[in-house]
Amino acid sequence: MKMSGAEIFLECLKKEGVKHIFGYPGGVILNIFDLLHDEKDIQLILTRHEQGAVHAADGYARASGKPGVALVTSGPGATNTVTGIATASMDSIPLVVFSGQVPTLLIGNDAFQEADIVGITRPCTKYNYLVKDVNDLAGIIKEAFYIATTGRPGPVLIDLPKDVTSSKTEFVWPESINIRSYKPTYEGNKFMINQAAHMIAKAKKPVIVAGGGVILSGASKELKELAEYTDVPVTMTLMGLGGFPGSHKLSLGMPGMHGTYFANKAIQEADLLIAVGMRFDDRVTGKIAAFAPNAKIVHIDIDPTSIRKNVRVDVPIVGDVKKVLAVLNKVVKDEVKEQWREVRKSWLKQIAAWKAERPMSYDREADVIKPQYVVEKIYELTKGDAIIATEVGQNQMWTAQFYKFDKPRTLLSSGGLGTMGYGFPAAIGAQFAFPNKLVIDVAGDGSIQMNIQELATAVINRLPVKVAVLNNRYLGMVRQWQELFFQERYAHTKLDETVPDFVKIAEAYNAVGLRATKRSEVEPVLKEAFSVKRPVLMDFVVDWKEKVYPMVPAGAAIDEMLFLEEEKKAEKKLKAVK
Amino acid sequence: MRHTISVLVENKFGVLSRVSGLFSGRGYNIESLSVGETIDPHVSVMTIVTHGDDWIIEQINKQLNKLVDVIKVVDMTELDHVEREMVLIKVAPRQEDKAEVLRLTEIFRGRVVDSSQKTYTIELTGDEKKIEAIVELMKPMGIKEFVRTGKIAIAREGIRKG
Repeated sequence: MKMSGAEIFLECLKKEGVKHIFGYPGGVILNIFDLLHDEKDIQLILTRHEQGAVHAADGYARASGKPGVALVTSGPGATNTVTGIATASMDSIPLVVFSGQVPTLLIGNDAFQEADIVGITRPCTKYNYLVKDVNDLAGIIKEAFYIATTGRPGPVLIDLPKDVTSSKTEFVWPESINIRSYKPTYEGNKFMINQAAHMIAKAKKPVIVAGGGVILSGASKELKELAEYTDVPVTMTLMGLGGFPGSHKLSLGMPGMHGTYFANKAIQEADLLIAVGMRFDDRVTGKIAAFAPNAKIVHIDIDPTSIRKNVRVDVPIVGDVKKVLAVLNKVVKDEVKEQWREVRKSWLKQIAAWKAERPMSYDREADVIKPQYVVEKIYELTKGDAIIATEVGQNQMWTAQFYKFDKPRTLLSSGGLGTMGYGFPAAIGAQFAFPNKLVIDVAGDGSIQMNIQELATAVINRLPVKVAVLNNRYLGMVRQWQELFFQERYAHTKLDETVPDFVKIAEAYNAVGLRATKRSEVEPVLKEAFSVKRPVLMDFVVDWKEKVYPMVPAGAAIDEMLFLEEEKKAEKKLKAVK
Repeated sequence: MRHTISVLVENKFGVLSRVSGLFSGRGYNIESLSVGETIDPHVSVMTIVTHGDDWIIEQINKQLNKLVDVIKVVDMTELDHVEREMVLIKVAPRQEDKAEVLRLTEIFRGRVVDSSQKTYTIELTGDEKKIEAIVELMKPMGIKEFVRTGKIAIAREGIRKG
């Protein structure tokens, strides 16, 4: 029986097990939207902006581990997906984005709502397609899901001209995929793994640096086994948070620009770094020349280009993190003797001393709401059992610092691209994947306004998703840089009286709006929000002066940190002089 | 250091822009690039001349390999290989230089492929040094137009002795 391109599209998505599509309709994609009108197995979730649709698909993918799917029209519909696609690309998130396109005969004619989206997204997708013939459609969709989800995952875009979705052909679902030019390496080189095991056994001051690859490959169990068996402390990059329990005694928290003192100290003093599924981003390394000066580096990653891109590597292991760690764990158990346990003790003692010297802190006594207090309270009330999305900026860093992520896939945050406006739609996506879980977006008053229209999506779908706005009336992270490095010239970061009344906004969308202006109001507001089975926007009016500490200035070595305590001392001195 | 990299790719539309986009997007240099079909019409070969230190060349090789449409990457510089490029030179020599132009063409084993009252068009293949030499020698003769292909390269096969 012959089927139209639109019918084939739907059939393929069913074969791929897709249950949710996030999308926005438009002229040339109507063939598909029309079919979705009566569709029972697949739900189309209408967002209020195409960027929201892609971020929602991304949040869905990060929370569930399944590929996220978005569907938009041509031209502006397609170009609005670019930020979402680039966000997913930087963080290796599997997405399949379908865009409508003008009919094949009109392509290149500057037709109405035509954009060369395949050209535009070429550098920010893992791969992309323009389907020119309906006979290729099923094969391309199967291939796209395969490419998006295998190897180092990433977003794939498929551009669908209008005539391709309307013309008919026999539906043939390819049984298997074989792309001769695409063969990811999963198994690590045994010789290199042995080398790594040997180095771990010999190391006196080893540190594991775990990244997003641990979560993407589902290697948390293997990582924990390695760390516990070998007594090696673990620091998790922003993308790696949750890959190793944040409340574990071997956890050092996050390293880098806003990392913990003890994580950065440990890296700088280490004689061995075991980098697992991470890519030595500049926010992690600081000044490369001064990064981990005494350490040999073992680097495990599925993407060969990540290895020796930014830092020198002594033992490169290309492969799937989970598979490599499983083998490494076996080898380590042969290697390891009791003697180095003794050696390791003094290293762990040193780390404990660093932890005691400078724990993560803020002014817990202040009457004004400290943003970190809100994050800590969220952690306390949820007992860590929630999915937390963040926007980008101070809200993101405070969440990373003060919420202890114990389980993988519980933090949704735009790490690589740093996309403001990501968190709220991502939280909506995650809520679709886990309708009964508590999903909270920790936002800033700047970021939330970048995709605030998605309140409508949350309301119409009766999602119990929560937003906690840490409202400091500034673009806080940029303001922090201006305070520290631009002589307190707050160029275009002061939002102040232009910040809307978030409670009223929530109510206007028929969501619940709550506000806290004093520390004592934080807990009641959170409790009320969590007890309501509706979308809630919480406005926490926080101390605008609060900064994210510790901080490594851009371009400095990661142990050249600025601390809150020093700022306070300086303030006291200043007062004394006055 | 300069490297000649041979890249086997799927012969699909958009592949050239994926490869050139990789170079421009990551700030790598392309000194020359030539593309053509292989015996298998589904496969093209690109010969790319680039330069960079060992770190950059390693990244270029890996990044090329990472592209979904790339089948194989060979850094020719690490192998014994033959490199060739071709030029077409249109010279408009003075009357008294005409014989010299033809003599140079012969010395360099070039061919005159077109001539008019005022011009000769000369075709010449060779390695980079040879091309540069003929260009230098022809310059005083009055080069009117000049086109040069990118470099192409192929590995040499070893010869068994005895």
